[in-house]
Amino acid sequence: MNSSAASRNNILTRLQQTTGVLQKDSGNFTFHEGRSFDEGKRWPAEEKVLRLKRMMEAVHTEVHLCGENTWIKTLCSVLEQKQIRKILYGAKTGLAQELGKLKQDSPEMIPELIDYKDPIEESKDLLFEIDAAITTTRGGIAETGSLILWPTPDEPRLMSLVPPIHIAVLYASDIYSTFREAMISENWSSEMPTNALLISGPSKTADIEQTLVYGIHGCKELVVLVLQ
Amino acid sequence: MLSTEQFKKDSFSALNNPQLRGNFKRAMSGLMQKRLAVFSDDQEFHKLREIGHSIRANALQKLPDLLQQLESNCNKNGIQVYWAETVDQANQLVLEIAQRHNAKSMVKGKSMVSEEMELNHFLEQHGIEALEADLGEYIIQVDHELPSHIIMPAIHKNKEQIAQMFHQKVEPSVFVESAEEMTAIARKVLRRKFYQADIGVSGVNFAVAETGTLCLVENEGNGRFCTTLPPVHVALMGIEKVVERLEDVPPLLSLLTRSATGQAITTYFNMITSPRKDGEKDGPKNVYLIMLDNGRTQMHSDQLLRETLLCIRCGACMNHCPVYTRIGGHAYSTTYPGPIGKILTPQMKGLHKAGYLADASSLCGACVEVCPVKIPITEILLRLRHQKEEDKGNFLLTSPKTWKAGASDLVWKGWETVFSNPEMYRLKSLGITKLGNFTPRWMPVLRNWTSVRSKPVFAKKNLHQLAREERLSYE
Repeated sequence: MNSSAASRNNILTRLQQTTGVLQKDSGNFTFHEGRSFDEGKRWPAEEKVLRLKRMMEAVHTEVHLCGENTWIKTLCSVLEQKQIRKILYGAKTGLAQELGKLKQDSPEMIPELIDYKDPIEESKDLLFEIDAAITTTRGGIAETGSLILWPTPDEPRLMSLVPPIHIAVLYASDIYSTFREAMISENWSSEMPTNALLISGPSKTADIEQTLVYGIHGCKELVVLVLQ
Repeated sequence: MLSTEQFKKDSFSALNNPQLRGNFKRAMSGLMQKRLAVFSDDQEFHKLREIGHSIRANALQKLPDLLQQLESNCNKNGIQVYWAETVDQANQLVLEIAQRHNAKSMVKGKSMVSEEMELNHFLEQHGIEALEADLGEYIIQVDHELPSHIIMPAIHKNKEQIAQMFHQKVEPSVFVESAEEMTAIARKVLRRKFYQADIGVSGVNFAVAETGTLCLVENEGNGRFCTTLPPVHVALMGIEKVVERLEDVPPLLSLLTRSATGQAITTYFNMITSPRKDGEKDGPKNVYLIMLDNGRTQMHSDQLLRETLLCIRCGACMNHCPVYTRIGGHAYSTTYPGPIGKILTPQMKGLHKAGYLADASSLCGACVEVCPVKIPITEILLRLRHQKEEDKGNFLLTSPKTWKAGASDLVWKGWETVFSNPEMYRLKSLGITKLGNFTPRWMPVLRNWTSVRSKPVFAKKNLHQLAREERLSYE
């Protein structure tokens, strides 16, 4: 590692010796122009939902628009249709309370709920064998059809990656028009989390003769329940 | 091997390989169409790329400060930062990290810097298994080939060729025909590797100085696996990848995914700011960032050449390049093929070794038109060509290279004399219109052209004569 300090010094010295600007300087660029990059892209609430749905469906995502009271019913039918027997969840979320309540009331409708409670070193097998995971989201982006996730100790990073099916719950009121709007409104730059993610569909590849195939390394199916 | 002769030989054989040409033509036309579809609003594209250029130019202008800011914020967040001037130093750093953690196996997401370093090869030599996890990279690694495109590394192969490869070289050695079935096999094989790997390696698309955040753009999820599951994550980046603010990211992300594959966004956009914190259940406990120079400070020292560093590695320049589309990525024998490679490689490897790449362009400028950060590729090509000729002046007089350069100088001097003197110019035009068509195909110099093309037919009257006859007034 000794070489690193010397390299650091040499690299910085060389860069600092360079004066002047790019030949075609864009000195007339102002901060303001960066700000105007997504101007005009602000949609009313209803349109944001529809746009997100359309964009996500175009990349193989199942999007269900639900009412605050009907989403459990939608979830149950998704779970049944996909024959999910075991589902990973974060036991301390508001979502978990709803699921727990339902499990008590009508146990036949909800599969076995499994908490991601131990660190990955002890949970690896569990994660690689489970059918599905259900998580909350921090928000959505209408322009590109993306979910915003900031994984937490209760809903760790691998939940949205390893299980073949990922079910995500999104409040319509948390959908922003653009990525930039989301990061500015929530002042992300003041404190970024360990990991922040945008997820726009199930994993995909086109590396074999440009043929689009879903479900390469990450989840094979992404289901989004939008709560209006 | 880098040499003009080898390049000519490889280009020639690629041109005579209809399958290869078919594979590239199909892929490149597809990519061009997809890109066009997401940049349907020309005005928006121009505005956006103006912003993209400015963000990158701003970062390059403040490069030493931003790198230090990035380093200090990463350190604050718990990411350990190392610097490397050469690829050898960078490889050594990765090895030392691997040894420190007793690592025996590594999985790697797509990283062009790791290709510059030839990291896999280096680690294998030191007894560490190094596996590519991006499907395209995996396919060519199993087949012992090199990437032929920076975004779609296995684009030179068609489905049948890949099916054969799976059948012969990948357990359980079954023959499947569809891309779906092949993908399913790769998923199974690579999941096992992710599960076991001791170290995950990734590249970096953007590094944000103000927050110390490393951003990764991908569709497959292998990048997320490599940066989340193994206990150690090593991120490799070229020193030019830094941007000043988090706010700079959305426009660049939009330009990158739309230019590269015509997607509004990729499946995953992964922002990493720290190793696993207390109480968190997954993520690597150690994150390292290695920042590599490898010729970049040299480029940075020149006002024009510095623009090479604006690049965000979208690959649009190669998708639109008439030369690349015809000879494919392998003929270049370089990490970076196509237009960006023609300006990057000579600057990384030296003009004396790779300067000939700057000649492999018709200067049509298609790359410049689509470049999302407005790199003046053709201007840089011309600069490198000039530089290369000037450098030749330093060779020994007895070297054949010097003689060749001398002859080329003489030809250009002659051209200059004729074109700057009206009498001489008229004489030349007269000569060509009267005698041009009598020159034999096999005449030296001319035969280089006529060996693969029909001989040009000279008009009986030159432009001046025609204009006079038409009574066109002088503009």
